[in-house]
Order: sequence, then C-alpha cells, then structure tokens
Amino acid sequence: MAFDKMELRDIEVWDGNFAAAQALRQCQIDVVAAYPITPSTPIVEGYAKFLADGYVEGEFVMVESEHAAMSGCIGAAAAGGRVATATSSQGLALMSETLYQASGMRLPIVLNLVNRALAAPLNVNGDHSDMYMVRDSGWIQFDAYNPQEAYDLNFIAFKVAEDHDVRLPAIVNQDGFMTSHTAQGVKTLTDDAAYNFVGEFKPMNDMLDLDHPVTHGVQTEEDWHFEHKARQHRDLMVTVMPKIQAAFDEFEKLSGRKYNIVEEYDMDDADVAVVCMGTSVETAREVATEMRAQGIKAGVVGIRVLRPFPFMEIAEALKDVKAIAALDRSSPNGAAGMLFNEIAGALFNTDTKALLSGYVYGLGGRDLTKAHLRDLYKELQANADAGKVTTQLQQFIGVRGPKLAFL
Amino acid sequence: MSEIKKIKNLKEFSTSADRFEGANLLCPGCAHSIIVREVLNATNDDLILSASTGCLEVCTAVYPYTSWDASWIHIGFENGSTAVAGAEAMYKALKTKGRLKQPDREPKFVSFAGDGASYDIGFQWISGCMERGHNMMHIVLDNEVYANTGGQRSSSTPIGSSATTSPAGRISYGEKKNKKDMISIMAAHQIPYAAQVAPNKWKDMVKKIQHGLAVEGPVFINAMSACTTEWKFDPKDTMSISDLATDSLVFPLYEIID
Ligand SMILES: Cc1ncc(C[n+]2csc(CCOP(=O)(O)OP(=O)(O)O)c2C)c(N)n1
Ligand code: SF4
Ligand SMILES: [Mg+2]
Repeated sequence: MAFDKMELRDIEVWDGNFAAAQALRQCQIDVVAAYPITPSTPIVEGYAKFLADGYVEGEFVMVESEHAAMSGCIGAAAAGGRVATATSSQGLALMSETLYQASGMRLPIVLNLVNRALAAPLNVNGDHSDMYMVRDSGWIQFDAYNPQEAYDLNFIAFKVAEDHDVRLPAIVNQDGFMTSHTAQGVKTLTDDAAYNFVGEFKPMNDMLDLDHPVTHGVQTEEDWHFEHKARQHRDLMVTVMPKIQAAFDEFEKLSGRKYNIVEEYDMDDADVAVVCMGTSVETAREVATEMRAQGIKAGVVGIRVLRPFPFMEIAEALKDVKAIAALDRSSPNGAAGMLFNEIAGALFNTDTKALLSGYVYGLGGRDLTKAHLRDLYKELQANADAGKVTTQLQQFIGVRGPKLAFL
Repeated sequence: MSEIKKIKNLKEFSTSADRFEGANLLCPGCAHSIIVREVLNATNDDLILSASTGCLEVCTAVYPYTSWDASWIHIGFENGSTAVAGAEAMYKALKTKGRLKQPDREPKFVSFAGDGASYDIGFQWISGCMERGHNMMHIVLDNEVYANTGGQRSSSTPIGSSATTSPAGRISYGEKKNKKDMISIMAAHQIPYAAQVAPNKWKDMVKKIQHGLAVEGPVFINAMSACTTEWKFDPKDTMSISDLATDSLVFPLYEIID
C-alpha cells in the first residue's frame, strides 16, 4: 500500500478529538466529506493532516455545509466504500434531513458527534441536545465517556455498521470539550491490529460496480414506505444488539478493554442509582464510591448504546434498586426528559418497586459537580427511606436563581 | 479519455441502447424524459447518475420499479449534485487504492435536477460542487416552474408567467421578476464548460453533452424542458413549442468555454 504506517506508543496522550481522528486513520477511511464546527473540527482536520502527510489514502472533501457533508457521505457510501465525518450541534441540526436519508438508504456511515448545546442562545459547550435531537433518526448511537472510549468505539461502530446484516449508520458521541479537548492517556492498537479488527470494507449494492447498476433512494408511498421503515426498526430491535455485543466481545479479546451495552458500576447491591451519559458517568462513579463510605449503597448505570435503546438491559440493571435518578443533559422543553421516559418505559411492566425521579443538568456546558451528585444521592436515599419520591419528579440542577422543579 | 460516440442520424440516436426505460410515470410529452434519453444516448461511457427530488425522480424510481439501467441515486431535493460529487470522490479514492471492480473503465458522473432544485434550494450545493472542481456534470431540467408540486414559481420562472404562487389576476400580470441568469453565475465559478441546450435541437445538444463529458472538471448544463402540464400545451406539441422557444431566442442556445 502507498501510505505509511504510524508507530504509536502503547499509551498516547490524546484528547477525544485526536483519538477519534487516529481511529479514522487506522480504519483507512476512503472518503471523509466534512464541514468544520466547534468542538468537533479537529477530528476532520486530523484526517486531512494524516492525508497530507501520507498516513492514509482517501479523499477529503471539504464541502460548503454540514448538509452537504452528509449528502456527500451518502453519495460516497452508496458508491461503495468506507465513509466517515464529524460534527456538533448546529451542524447536526443542519444535517438532520440527511441523517434520516442515510439510515433509510441503509448506508453504513460513521459520524463522530461531539456533543454541544443547540442555539438559541448560541453556545459552543457540551450538552446532549444534539444527541437527543436525532435519537429517532435510525442511526445506531454509541456514547463515549472519555478519549479512550471515543477511540475504541469508532472501531466498534465501523464493525457493526458495515456488517451486511446491519447496514445502518452509526454515531459515536463524546462530550464537547470535556472529552474532545481534554487530553488523557489512551491505550492504542497497532495500525495492523486496528485495521484487522474492522476488516476490509465489503461493498454491497455499490454504484461503482459498473456491471451491476443499482438504484438508491427510491420513492415509496403508502404501499411500501411502512414496510421499509418497519424493516429498519426490526433490524435495530433484533439484529443490532447481538452484533454490538459480538463486537464488544471481540474487541475485549483484542484489547483487554471490556464494553457493555449498559455500564454498571457498583450495581450488584445498590439501593440508589444514577443513570447518565458522557463524562458525567465518571463523576457519578467517583461520588458513588464516596457515598458508599458514608453508608449509602450507591451505584451508577451509564448508557453505552443509546440506539437501539437497551430496554431489557436497563430494566435488568435497575430492577432491584429502591430509587433511581435519570439525568438528562438536554432541555426536555415541556416534557419529563428522554432518559426519564425511556427508563420509566423499561421498568413499567416489571415487578420493580423502584422510585424514579428526573434531573435536568449541565445545559450549555454548565458543570455537574461532585457536590451536586452528593446531594442527589442523598435525595435518592431519602426517597428510598420514605418509600416515595420526596421531591418533585423533575428538578433542575446547577441553574442559577430560585430552585426549578416540576411535576 | 474515452472515445466519443458517433451519432449519424436521429433514427440511430433515438434507438441507441437505452439506459433510461420508456416505462416511467412522467406525463406523455414531458421533455424531461427526452432530455435524459438524449444525454444517456450521447455516450457509451459508464454512468453514475443522480436525480434531485422533482418530477424526474418521483416518476422513474417508484419501488419496486426503476427506469434506470445505470447506477442512480436520489437523496433529497437540494443535494443530488453533492450525491454525485460524493460518488466521484469515492471513485477517486478507490482508484488510488486499487479497489475498483472494473479498473479499466472510467465512469462519468452526472446529476439531473429541476430548476427549483438547482436555481433555488440546491443552489449552494451546486455552487460547492462546481467550485471544488469535481469531475461531474450537473444538468438542469429547466421547465421554469416547480412542476412536481403543482406549479409554484422558481427563480427560473420568467417575468410575466402565471405560476400558482405568482398568479396573473385582475390586477397582476403574474411573475414580476426576470429569470435568474444561472449560467453566468455558474460560469463565474471558472468551470471549463457551461452551456444551454434544448432537446428539440438534438444535434446541438449531443455535441454539447459530448463536449461536457469529455472535459475534465465540473460542467453545468441548462436544458430547456417543456412541461405539458404546467405550460398547458397538448402533449403532442412538445417539439413545436420547444422550437418556438429556441427559434425565437426566448430560450437562446449557447455555450461558455473555459
Ligand atoms: C427540502 C424539501 N423542500 C420541499 C420539497 C417539496 N418539493 C418536492 S419537488 C418540488 C419542486 C420541484 O421543482 P423542480 O426542481 O423545478 O423540478 P420539477 O418537478 O419541475 O421537474 C418541491 C417544492 C421537498 N421534497 N424537500
Ligand atoms: S408535470 Fe411537467 S415536468 Fe412533470 S412530468 Fe408532467 S410534463 Fe413532465
Ligand atoms: Mg421545474
């Protein structure tokens, strides 16, 4: 091959963006079509630089908008090759039409989504509004809590998305700035090991197979549309989770790093549990350990796979606890909160007696502190002791002014 | 570069191997299908095609059928040009990497889109494709109206037309704005070739399409497409109406080279 391999140290000091860029290099992406937006820009800049330095072979198409970025990715993926891009926030919002098109056309594109708040007011910092906005767009969604995971989950995303039984695009989320711009030790794979894990791209219905012309992106009306959408949903509900689990298992064999569909921390005998995503998972784990020293049996459940939603796994993880907090880092704007609703749905028909309350936190990059989490665990313990939710069902944490609570 | 197909007469031209099937849902007499056939028959090259949402797209790829015997993609209303640009980028990537299945064949990349999809909603996407220098051709099927959605004005609609959103009425003569000069705007992107064509002048059109497919880099073609439904003429009159438009120079045929 006409590109150079890179000698990596066993542990490199990378931020989440560079870790993702390195993963794209090691996967040898054929086409990246992209448009810059903070905080995700360094990922595609990284790919462009690897290309300029001869460490990857492919095409980098710097388009004129995020909508065009995903449109170009769709055309490239339909042509038959490995395709990736990255974006955040407003860029994702502009792309959103094409996200549904990409998944409906069953094209295995990988999108690194560096989570950031959605305007207005304009804000470049991390929250999960963008991740939530496209949760029903038919993409598989993984969530990384740190740079290591942003690196690892890219390999897993390609492996699952490109599987011919799956053929669905996948998003790898990481928190804007807290992960994307915070350098940490990242255990690396060698170029060969990484590439062998994802494997050669195997085209299917590729437009560039000139002897077998294909039609992509057809019209269907009431006669067939529902069947197509139902098939896609079925594949997400039935096929994808086992494929993710298999990829996690294979990745563990390769790297020793174990991923789970939901990440349980001290949940075996937990009375009270926090469910959250992104960097908050790591903070919650530290606080849970502290709470245990104070006699509160605290645990944490991190969502690793947001779509397909781990309905059964969540119910299994939470069924024996007494009180649960669902932490939503996106304004529900008039509802109870996505995680609150999904968890409630997962538990509703079970025998659990667990009490569920919701917290909205961290909007626009506002910190979630350990002090917040200590108070939160104490509230959960109070709920558990009282046998009922002692607060309102939905509370805002860390927002200035009089306490905001609803429901 | 591949060899330019020799076309001797209309009979031979119109009976060339067809990669666009007559079995489609376009209105009888619709010039969209005539343009597409002329483009596809002008070359023996392999083709990677796209269509933006609009009459051509909704009438030629209705699941489980397709009228296309060449690879074809539709994504949305505004982004058909970029779909082909993405495919062209993948072609280049796979060529560099030695992964093309037919490495000795050099496909051409062509996007078809309506005037609404080109002059209005897809304007930025096309501008991007032209500016970046993709090796592709964008062809506007210019019926000067949003036909698929029932006759709203586009920025290609000429002054004095009566469109559903700029209707002629008791106190209005209809559309008040002149047609946008899209070809000049595209030529200003410093592309190697831009041309205006009409399917009734088929020899001129074939020559321009062949030239456009032969040059390296982005090419913009504006093709007049008479619409029986919105222009309200009898389907048998497509060619005579088109002749009226081109012979009177209401729709002039010209090219801009380099
Ligand atoms: C984003 C978006 N906006 C609006 C539409 C509705 N729409 C579909 S086709 C069309 C008009 C097409 O007009 P034109 O591009 O001129 O093609 P024609 O049908 O005239 O060939 C419109 C408004 C759409 N499909 N997508
Ligand atoms: S409405 Fe006009 S453009 Fe559309 S199919 Fe009919 S004739 Fe063709
Ligand atoms: Mg039109």
